Amino acid sequence: MSEKDAAGTEAVQSASSALFDLRTVIAILFLVYGAVLTVMGFVSDSPEELAKAGGIDINLWAGIVMIVIGAAFVAWALLRPLKPPVAEE
Amino acid sequence: MLLAQADLRLNTTAIDYVLVAFYFVLVLGIGVVARRSVSSSLDFLLSGRSLPAWVTGLAFVSANLGALELVGMSANGAQYGIPVVHYYWIGAVPAMVFLGIVMMPFYYGSKARSVPEFLRMRFNTTTQRVNAVTFAVASVLIAGVNLFTLGLVLEALLGWSLYVAIPVAALVVLAYTVLGGLSAAIYNEVLQFFVILALLVPLTVAGLARVGGWDGLKEKITTAAAGNTDQLHSWPGTSLTEIANPTLSVIGIVFGLGFVLSFGYWTTNFAEVQRALSARNMSAARRTPIIAAFPKALIPLVVVVPGMVAGVLVPQIAALKAGGNSGGITYNNSLTLLMNEVLPNGLLGVALAGLLASFMAGMAANVSSLNTVFTYDLWQDWIRPGRSDRYYLQVGRLVTVVGCVLAIGAAFLAGSYSNITDYIQALFSFFNAPLFAIFILGLFWKRMTGTAGWTGLVAGTIAAVLIDVLVRVKVLTLSSQAGSFVGASAAFVVGIAVAVAVSMVTQPKPDSELVGLTWSLTPRESREHTTTGEDAGWFRSPVTLGVLVIILVIVLYFVI
Repeated sequence: MSEKDAAGTEAVQSASSALFDLRTVIAILFLVYGAVLTVMGFVSDSPEELAKAGGIDINLWAGIVMIVIGAAFVAWALLRPLKPPVAEE
Repeated sequence: MLLAQADLRLNTTAIDYVLVAFYFVLVLGIGVVARRSVSSSLDFLLSGRSLPAWVTGLAFVSANLGALELVGMSANGAQYGIPVVHYYWIGAVPAMVFLGIVMMPFYYGSKARSVPEFLRMRFNTTTQRVNAVTFAVASVLIAGVNLFTLGLVLEALLGWSLYVAIPVAALVVLAYTVLGGLSAAIYNEVLQFFVILALLVPLTVAGLARVGGWDGLKEKITTAAAGNTDQLHSWPGTSLTEIANPTLSVIGIVFGLGFVLSFGYWTTNFAEVQRALSARNMSAARRTPIIAAFPKALIPLVVVVPGMVAGVLVPQIAALKAGGNSGGITYNNSLTLLMNEVLPNGLLGVALAGLLASFMAGMAANVSSLNTVFTYDLWQDWIRPGRSDRYYLQVGRLVTVVGCVLAIGAAFLAGSYSNITDYIQALFSFFNAPLFAIFILGLFWKRMTGTAGWTGLVAGTIAAVLIDVLVRVKVLTLSSQAGSFVGASAAFVVGIAVAVAVSMVTQPKPDSELVGLTWSLTPRESREHTTTGEDAGWFRSPVTLGVLVIILVIVLYFVI
């Protein structure tokens, strides 16, 4: 059988390197979720809601942790920005 | 049944839906932005081979974190307890490390764009076509199972009809994969990974808090089982395998699950391998499955444990475990019932988003890999060769649409199987075990011929189907779980035997055509990769990372 060129389509210009930074999207998700949950944790203090998670204010704690994770992704994206693509070969 | 449905309905409020809606805005946004970066079929189908290792690694684990995984494994956790961790540890991590260290140099180094294409290079076109066709069929069926599971979830939680829920869910996945191709699918998989964790971690923490911590959980499980502590030890796992003899049970887990099923799935399933092939260089490709192995090793702590909590905390599941009347509730409801039991509004919305994400992760993985195999292996290499790249990009987009429509059909087919996990396991043993057999033989035995490739594949699949039929008509008295272990092992052994026999009577390929495709003919240097610049440092060495994750699993086995 013949040897086909597997990389035949690679000559076409690849533009994927221009993709946006995924880290900012993750940061947005966690910061928004974190903010909403933190507020809900402060506002709602009905004993039934608290009892659901065994007395932990789980909304508040989850919210705070998410804000921290979101901030960490922001820091990472700022400290190590995407480099412009280097042409290989 | 009506009563059961009322029990299942989530106590959602407006804020929960706002959180879900926000997630969907991000998901579709990724699809729209990723579209800008698609200018060739390679961009669309393989992300232009440009992604960093942490992205492909998390996508690798996320592609496997579908609805089936979450719903099925938490259900198993509720039913069997700790032995379920075998699916994650011995049943995944060693194979993922093997893929990264041993096999990835051949996959990525050969520049094959898909698993079937690699088979064409190593064996012949027939092998490529046999594998491409079976893979396409399996992808559609598995995407269907994911869709069906999601449909059930939406029906139970939100009161949507299956006939509305299934097409609507398919439409969302379709929207972003048809726009942004594999990049959108992979980027969304990474996002999904985090949303799914945002569901699982608070659920586990809240659930454990309710039952009095880990010790409280163990105590309650022991009490419920009248002093029997089988559910609290991973070995010998007789309840899981349903093999009464402890020694045979351990052999079943180690060989059936840990070797044949697991290596077959992780090393040859293109839906997984594709994530590594889209990495930006050999080093990143080799690290992809190994980076994925770390979360994979830790995920059971937040999947199996909440399942176990549900088994003692949710009254209906506890009744089911005690053999009582659960009013139409099954173990598959464990996860959602626990969500309702322990999560307040707010986190409930996050959890719902995570659940929907987990479904989309599984389906998008199947659809995007189906795309690539159909477009490159079936269309470009077989049916319509020699067209422009733009043409194949259009084909790729069209296949996404057709694949989603077929998956909707398969979803209703899946509905006729009672236990979804069994259905998937049976599929894996039909397709993956024989594939792994000829793969590994072809890698280490250069004498293996092209004809041996496809005959071994077909013979192995027939063996697995035969075992499956024998179990179903009860000629073989095995549980469905043990049946799939035996079926996969038979497929592996028959595949090897037939491939060896056929190789003896057919002509092997000349050595010159096998360089880079078999172990002995590939110079050591070309199996290595650069270790400078962005690939420098011990923490970027695949072997070091692989050893670390194996140690992690051994430690986990000792701790739990």
